[in-house]
Amino acid sequence: MYLNGVEIEETFAEAFKMWGSRVIITACNARWAMIAATTMTGFATSVIGCKCEAGIEGVATDTPDGRPGVSVLLFTPGKEDLPKRLMERIGQCVLTCPTTACFNGLDSPLTMPIGGQLRFFGDSFQASKLVGGRRFWRIPVMEGEFLIEEKFGMQRAVGGGNFLILGEDAEVTLRAAECAAAAMRQAPGVILPFPGGIVRSGSKTSSRYKALIASTNDAYCPTLRGITDTALPEGVNSVLEIVIDGLDLAAVEEATRVGVRAACIPGIRRISAGNYGGTLGQFQIHLCRVLEGQA
Amino acid sequence: MTTLQLKDLPEVPLEAESISPDRFIGKTADEIAALPVNVGNRKACLGEFFAVSGDGGPEIVLEGDLARVKLIGAGMTQGQIHVRGNAGMHLGAGMRGGRIMVDGAVGDWAGAEMQGGHIHIRGNAGHCLGAGYRGSPKGMNRGVIIVDGDAGNEAGTAMRRGLIVIGGNSGDFTGAFMIAGTVVVFGELGERTGAALKRGTVVAFKPPRLLPSYRYACTYAPPFMGLLLRHLAGLGVAVPEAYLHGRYRRYSGDMTALGKGEILVWEAA
Repeated sequence: MYLNGVEIEETFAEAFKMWGSRVIITACNARWAMIAATTMTGFATSVIGCKCEAGIEGVATDTPDGRPGVSVLLFTPGKEDLPKRLMERIGQCVLTCPTTACFNGLDSPLTMPIGGQLRFFGDSFQASKLVGGRRFWRIPVMEGEFLIEEKFGMQRAVGGGNFLILGEDAEVTLRAAECAAAAMRQAPGVILPFPGGIVRSGSKTSSRYKALIASTNDAYCPTLRGITDTALPEGVNSVLEIVIDGLDLAAVEEATRVGVRAACIPGIRRISAGNYGGTLGQFQIHLCRVLEGQA
Repeated sequence: MTTLQLKDLPEVPLEAESISPDRFIGKTADEIAALPVNVGNRKACLGEFFAVSGDGGPEIVLEGDLARVKLIGAGMTQGQIHVRGNAGMHLGAGMRGGRIMVDGAVGDWAGAEMQGGHIHIRGNAGHCLGAGYRGSPKGMNRGVIIVDGDAGNEAGTAMRRGLIVIGGNSGDFTGAFMIAGTVVVFGELGERTGAALKRGTVVAFKPPRLLPSYRYACTYAPPFMGLLLRHLAGLGVAVPEAYLHGRYRRYSGDMTALGKGEILVWEAA
């Protein structure tokens, strides 16, 4: 199919089961809430090297303590990894950040005792409060007091949704990817974990080097056209990828739909997606079906 | 819904623990009228004092001045009671769930040793609101009590968990012997607030006369208060806009006890 003159390849993104959580960070103002959220989601682009994938879902309104807030999503491949990563990141990046408080943003029967563990930082001076059936911990810190909810929800999630933007040159491809990322940030329940939401170094799950589990996706590298089995049509000189993690498949599909539509600007030749022939991922997000509203 | 209309004010207090959704559910009006009550030293039935109508559902409406009717909703675990008037002592004492709404005033020991549920008193409350009975190690342990008016002495005495909100003034010994939990007082506090308090929080929006066994810690804006006040607003408490801002003077105490509690005294921004 074609959208705004851009070919949408009849292919699918292969996505994987993950575990997800939502953290609401508040602070005295929007700037400090964003600083904490940005710090917490730093170095969290890919589970390959960062143990988790995290990003800012958006500005949180109507926060539990009424202060400006930011919503953060964090994903791990394994259920047991999620509390570890949350403990590390909230403990090192939010607890330490001036004026912040931290709340669960996911209503789920499966919970992790994050505040219930971080409270021990209070060295027995911490105090618990039960408000509206939810337990919170007030941990004394040098600046004043850190407030954190005892339990954070977790649920099955979807990671690795993606699409590829194949453009005539690097400038137009980046512009299209920026348009896509900007549009997708409005979609709830998803994050784009890579820098600015965009990946330039998509990978394949193999390498000629034994020590590596992933290596450059040579089929989409324009500089390798002619010496590798290229997937690039004529006239394509740059490719960027958008990777999507979401709390459920519907959220990832909606973000894909929004993103692909926004990316179809003049100078873009094709939209494709990364997959492994359907052999690895549990979810298949077919681009054409998503765009036609059939997914 | 079951409606109980008080026929005559009893000469001596009526002990009507049977007025509870747990006892009414599934019964006919006649069966409800036959439920036992104690009046003075004799046993009687509800129908002797109340005109009963309705279907025995989880909602009960009480009409009339029930200031001499004790133990309404005591020990209830579910449903709802609406008292369209005053209520007597021990309202909702030991309740574990459900809701009680009183349009008027209530006597002493309302919500004493309650373990859950929600009580909203639109008028004044007597002494020992949410307190523990004499000799009991702990008072209220979970649940919410909201009083729009004033409360008497010893509100929240020995409370272990839960939330008490007093819209007006509170008497002496508010939060005395508290083990944990939160008492919020929007009006004036009486003498010896938080005496022998171990843990827990008393929030004062008017400066109280503090015991010398409380130590000033700092003046700050705890995020917890934003959380708490928003929760109160959600419960229907009229929180003045000014109270959503400002800071709190924290006093740690009571140093005659464990000393891990606090009195937070609001300061205007």
